[in-house]
Amino acid sequence: MASKDSVSFTVKIALLLCVVCSIFISSAAVILKPFQEANKTLDRNKNILAAAGMFNPDVNSDSEVDGLFAQFTPRIVDLNSGEFLSDAQMADLGINPVSYDQRAAINDPQLSDAIPGEEDIASLKRRVRYATVYLVEGSNGEIEDIVLPVSGYGLWGTMYGYLALEGDGNTVKGIGFYEQKETPGLGGEVTNPRWKGLWPGKEVYDDNGNVALSVIKGVGQGVHQVDGLAGASLTSRGVDNLIEYWMGPKGFGPFLKNLTNS
Amino acid sequence: MSVDTKSILIKPIFSNNPIGLQILGVCSALAVTTSLRVAIVMCVALTVVTACSNFFIAMVRNYMPSSIRIIIQMTIIATLVIAVDQLLQAFAYGISKQLSVFVGLIITNCIVMGRAEAFAMKNPPGISFLDGIGNGLGYSVVLLTVATIRELFGSGSLFGIEILPLVSNGGWYQPNGLMLLAPSAFFIIGFLIWALRTKRVEQVEKDEFHIAPHTIAEASH
Repeated sequence: MASKDSVSFTVKIALLLCVVCSIFISSAAVILKPFQEANKTLDRNKNILAAAGMFNPDVNSDSEVDGLFAQFTPRIVDLNSGEFLSDAQMADLGINPVSYDQRAAINDPQLSDAIPGEEDIASLKRRVRYATVYLVEGSNGEIEDIVLPVSGYGLWGTMYGYLALEGDGNTVKGIGFYEQKETPGLGGEVTNPRWKGLWPGKEVYDDNGNVALSVIKGVGQGVHQVDGLAGASLTSRGVDNLIEYWMGPKGFGPFLKNLTNS
Repeated sequence: MSVDTKSILIKPIFSNNPIGLQILGVCSALAVTTSLRVAIVMCVALTVVTACSNFFIAMVRNYMPSSIRIIIQMTIIATLVIAVDQLLQAFAYGISKQLSVFVGLIITNCIVMGRAEAFAMKNPPGISFLDGIGNGLGYSVVLLTVATIRELFGSGSLFGIEILPLVSNGGWYQPNGLMLLAPSAFFIIGFLIWALRTKRVEQVEKDEFHIAPHTIAEASH
């Protein structure tokens, strides 16, 4: 055998190590993939339920998620027209409501557009053309709940969450953020149940159809104001901006109008 | 268990603690200690990776060409870390989300590399495995102490269970926000090292730098 420091032995050892390690990693990835996918879906569904006020991690267990989530129908909305995509359109785009990943689509030039600077109040830089919304329909086919994905820049990073509205497309049912990087104890309080408890019952639009819901400094009055977070002006402003953007004409505004007029 | 194996397992916990004496792996100790639950998972992950990487590296140590020694060590460590990350994503998704990049960063954790190079390269697999466990435990002791202090005083809870009722939930405890930020871990680790070295004086390092005496006599004015 050649000495262990010879070039040929070094190359052999390097190749052998690469093969062994890559087989190990690929098999781990393939075997564990179904579990990981299931976890991701479960996590997303839980966030949607939590925003709609139908899931409380302290009371409900993970095993209830599937049952509760079955009430929701995912639909894909064209944000520009505010209409649901038809099956033919979805087939054309190669997307379907169950598997469509809006967070991945934001990086796909076919599925998203840059937001012009002056319109970009939530500092998102890009916006998807198609968004997944989750609907709960009552026994007569009337819409009871609408859960909309929202996102916007806070102090340290983009906050991702869901806003749940009642069937009138105006009254807030709940809000929840599942990913945020705000300062723990200050802006991080966006996930505080007590603060989120201020949202249900507020109304998004005023009588003229303009976005009126806002997060203000101090104590909010009436149906259009929510208290800001103490010591977290920039996070509060971030939430305020994301509501204004996503409920406005560039966000879900047209969709909500169509939905409630029809 | 012979005295030798026992000392290999126990020594890194207090007398040769990787964080306390060797000052290794402090980065992750700052980042993942805001809650005990997350810290425990990090400790288990790091202990498993250190022990297994020590084991495998010791196993192949006699076949390692010295020119690519470090690369082989890194590859073995990285493989194990990715496997741990995948397992966490599959079976502990919530925690893996909180740990985020820090599981991946175990690859660059100085404790793992340090033990591989300093111990596993010179010793047989069995004993290297124990050395990995021992150092993992040493890291864990510090991490869990820091996490207990930070979670208790920063969030008023332990393992997410409320111990000190918070003002915001109608209690009396005003949480200390500093405890939730990384710098607090510096203070706590500093105090821990101070306590450890007061108890065990032999761990105090010699001054690396002495102020030299004046070379000319104080000039008279």
